[in-house]
Amino acid sequence: MAQASALGRPRRVIPGLGLSFTITTSTLAALVLLPLAAMVAMSLSKGLPAFVAALADRRVLAAFRVTILAALGAAVVSAVCGMLLAWVLTRYRFPGRRFIDAAVDLPFALPTAVAGIALTALYAPNGWIGALLEPLGITVAFTPLGIGVALVFVGLPFVVRAVQPILEDLPADEEEAARLLGATRTQIFLRVIMPAAAPALITGFTMAFARGLGEYGSVIFIAGNKPMLSEIVPLLIVIQLDQYNYVGAAAIGTAMLMVSFVMLMVINRLQAWAAAR
Amino acid sequence: MTAAGVPARRSDGALARRLLIGLAVAVAFILLGLPLAIVIVEAFARGAWTYLAALTDQDTLDAIRLTLLVALCSVVVTTVFGVAAAWCIARFEFRGRSLLLTVIDLPFSVSPVIAGLVQVLLFGRRGWLGPFLEAHDIRIVFALPGIVLATVFVTLPFVARELIPLMQEQGAEEEEAALSLGASGWQTFLRVTLPNIRFALLTGVLLANARAMGEFGAVSVVSGHIRGATNTMPLQVEILFNDYQIEAAFAVASVLAMLALVTLGLKLALERKSDTHTHEERPT
Repeated sequence: MAQASALGRPRRVIPGLGLSFTITTSTLAALVLLPLAAMVAMSLSKGLPAFVAALADRRVLAAFRVTILAALGAAVVSAVCGMLLAWVLTRYRFPGRRFIDAAVDLPFALPTAVAGIALTALYAPNGWIGALLEPLGITVAFTPLGIGVALVFVGLPFVVRAVQPILEDLPADEEEAARLLGATRTQIFLRVIMPAAAPALITGFTMAFARGLGEYGSVIFIAGNKPMLSEIVPLLIVIQLDQYNYVGAAAIGTAMLMVSFVMLMVINRLQAWAAAR
Repeated sequence: MTAAGVPARRSDGALARRLLIGLAVAVAFILLGLPLAIVIVEAFARGAWTYLAALTDQDTLDAIRLTLLVALCSVVVTTVFGVAAAWCIARFEFRGRSLLLTVIDLPFSVSPVIAGLVQVLLFGRRGWLGPFLEAHDIRIVFALPGIVLATVFVTLPFVARELIPLMQEQGAEEEEAALSLGASGWQTFLRVTLPNIRFALLTGVLLANARAMGEFGAVSVVSGHIRGATNTMPLQVEILFNDYQIEAAFAVASVLAMLALVTLGLKLALERKSDTHTHEERPT
């Protein structure tokens, strides 16, 4: 047995590194990296001033503002609702629990266009929810608020699925100790559970935020897409392309790509932090 | 003291418990249940006949056919890529391995609109290769190849993501044993690796397929929305909705929603299968 493991040590026994590595890298290069490089090159093809000018456009800046604010607000709501769902799903046993647990993945599986028209119909002034909010003076559909609602739908599962495993693995003895020392439920939650769950919660929040920045399908139906008011950044790319302004579209795409890179690094750091805790 | 304390706290807990469960159910109902319910209700708002008529409309049938074709092409590429990526990352150590892992995940963190945009910038009329393609009468953008390329961009990580953690966890011992007994590389892959990863592979294919069929942003940019020719089902939903053909839009949407539910159901079943599978294996 010892001999076998000693023989198995040099990993060269397993063939296929060359073939699998070639397939992986060439596919990535041809289908992902090269196209992205072509976008960056196109954005700079008329020089840096043209690149900056394309981004400094008032309508583009307004779109960035709306997109970031909506994604941020939606991520906060997703974090609160997601924490609640994760808590209830891991801590309590009640009829329908597994059903709700499965339903949390719905936004991952439901095509974004379907979510988009469904949310629009729900929150339109004559819709099931919109009609209830209308007398209160709250208009959701075709306003920036609608963008937020769509992004909450999209972001929710990220938070739940990030926090759930942490709450499941939380050792009971710390809570027990706190309880024996006379801590109230609220104190236990704030002092024992939240510190343990915080890294995962922040990771989920950031993932929901990052996803919200690039989301398109579920947003454009409910947003109303009014220039300067409720236009999201991905929509501006589409508009620029429709006008054959390839450089402008590429500049916005490149800016979004840079934001994605930053978010990716932040999420990686957060996950490492959460894993270390 | 404890006898007095415990029941008091328990009743206190029961109230908080009920409140929290009630809140969570309400949140799930409003955020997840209602959007799904309204799709079905709106689709059948004018009865089953209108529903069927919307689904058997020629443009819709063309959209369904195109969607199936695009999904098939993308899933094949995603699967081959995913297996190759998992094989080289989970079975070998090499420099740049973690970088490769990051790049594999990249399409997940990029907006789907960018997945479509890059195709237009490469292959569109004013794109980098536009003049060349036009001279040789090759159409990529606003045609099937562009739609497939955009969809592949978006779905590429799905199979790799399911396989890599599993294959890393399983380790290479069984494969090494097969190889040392004289099996060839392909035999080892087909007889040892494939049976070990079959559930994760199916899950990956399932998720990639669902995403490919439902992809909207990426495809919307490259499709050109040519009815009966380059419209996939999600685009058909958009066109019908913007035409105020609400019931028809929701009818097509209901088919996509069914696809999502079936995908979720199958995913759960596969997870349970692979759980019992590993539990059975563990004692031996």
